[in-house]
Amino acid sequence: MKTPAEFYMRDRSIHPPAYAPAYKTSVARSPNQALISLENTVSEITGPRFGHGDIAEGDNDLLTNYAAAGESAIGERIILHGRVLDENAKPVRNTLVEVWQANAGGRYRHKKDTYLAPMDPNFGGCGRTLTDDEGYYFFRTVKPGAYPWPNQVNNWRPAHVHFSVFGTAFAQRLITQCYFEGDPLIPICPIVQTIPDPAAIDRLTARLDMNATIPFDAIAYRFDIVLRGRRSTLFENRLEGN
Amino acid sequence: MANPLDYLKETASQTAGPYVHIGLVPSDTGIEIYDHELGRDITGPNATGERIRVEGRVLDGNGAALKDVLIEVWQANAEGVYAHPENSGTVEDGFRGWGRVIADFDSGEWSFETVKPGGVPGRSGSRQAPHINLWIVARGINIGLNTRLYFDDEGTANAADPVLGRVDPPHRRDTLIATRDDSGAMPVYRFDIRLQGDGETVFFDI
Repeated sequence: MKTPAEFYMRDRSIHPPAYAPAYKTSVARSPNQALISLENTVSEITGPRFGHGDIAEGDNDLLTNYAAAGESAIGERIILHGRVLDENAKPVRNTLVEVWQANAGGRYRHKKDTYLAPMDPNFGGCGRTLTDDEGYYFFRTVKPGAYPWPNQVNNWRPAHVHFSVFGTAFAQRLITQCYFEGDPLIPICPIVQTIPDPAAIDRLTARLDMNATIPFDAIAYRFDIVLRGRRSTLFENRLEGN
Repeated sequence: MANPLDYLKETASQTAGPYVHIGLVPSDTGIEIYDHELGRDITGPNATGERIRVEGRVLDGNGAALKDVLIEVWQANAEGVYAHPENSGTVEDGFRGWGRVIADFDSGEWSFETVKPGGVPGRSGSRQAPHINLWIVARGINIGLNTRLYFDDEGTANAADPVLGRVDPPHRRDTLIATRDDSGAMPVYRFDIRLQGDGETVFFDI
């Protein structure tokens, strides 16, 4: 009998280190001490669960979820879709996926964003959905614009959408950013480049998906997300063992 | 060449950035989209146990409070049961044990109300002292930081807690222990989190 047990150890070599001085804000916000490694307990293998009562139909449509009746957000209409899988390539079902982003001009609806680009009165900039039985999710939105940010004097973020994903356990909790294939700002962005592994950056880059593109409506980009996978304990479940 | 393994690689983390509120607590930035915003109520109306308030700040290496931080809370109920199917036991109707907390945009102070959790099982038959699991994200934090809040009035349980016991040198365990104040109507536990430098909070690789 195989029993799900601990999550696989997180491979820190594909994640950005806490201290990444080219991204200046990380300098004073990064722990100096080593993390204390913890074997999973019930506190880590459990986590919040969500259901269809938590969200509403249309929460995943950023084109219209903030727009006045009959109107929609301005910009390049896209479908951003993919699957949430674990490291064993199993679908992560019924998990909450939340996104937020700038508008098509590169401006966030946030009082701290003072960029010159105009607000779009019909764009709020957030959406959420639950994955289906195949781990599949989708959003309709506009492709966000690039924007300048204060780091060096002339740094620009590549177009990106922020993703928050839960999985089934607090140990799987992840926030990341999705970029778009072909963007020349990706290789020169100090935040992207906090990630030491170029292949890991490629996996954060959504790919143009012509097969899912809807003619005369929206261009599709595909972004699959992988959360930590779990061991199967073959003989003895040490996690729960007495 | 050896037989290839077919595991996928975990998606890399990126910072939540300065506008995390738009995505996770949009009404706090004035964006009214969702009928029902998630993480506002940790316990629901039926939870038993002692009602408490937890408050603190997250401080950077210069001692400045982060005003853009978001913390997620995950805890068991007063009986030591998590609202999750892999945990034996049941929780009160409406108890989720999960919440989202943001710092005040001006002061950096944050707080939440909950019930004090019970102790939960540890590995290999051990017992973990009551604790609240915290996950911290913000601009400048490249991958979410996991820590735990323990309670200073649980000295016996804390002394036997296998996770606190892993923290070496032992004086660093104090960074995980919130301080109780009974002077108000509701018990308050104070828990400042120091990201870096003197008194740096213990963070875990879970």
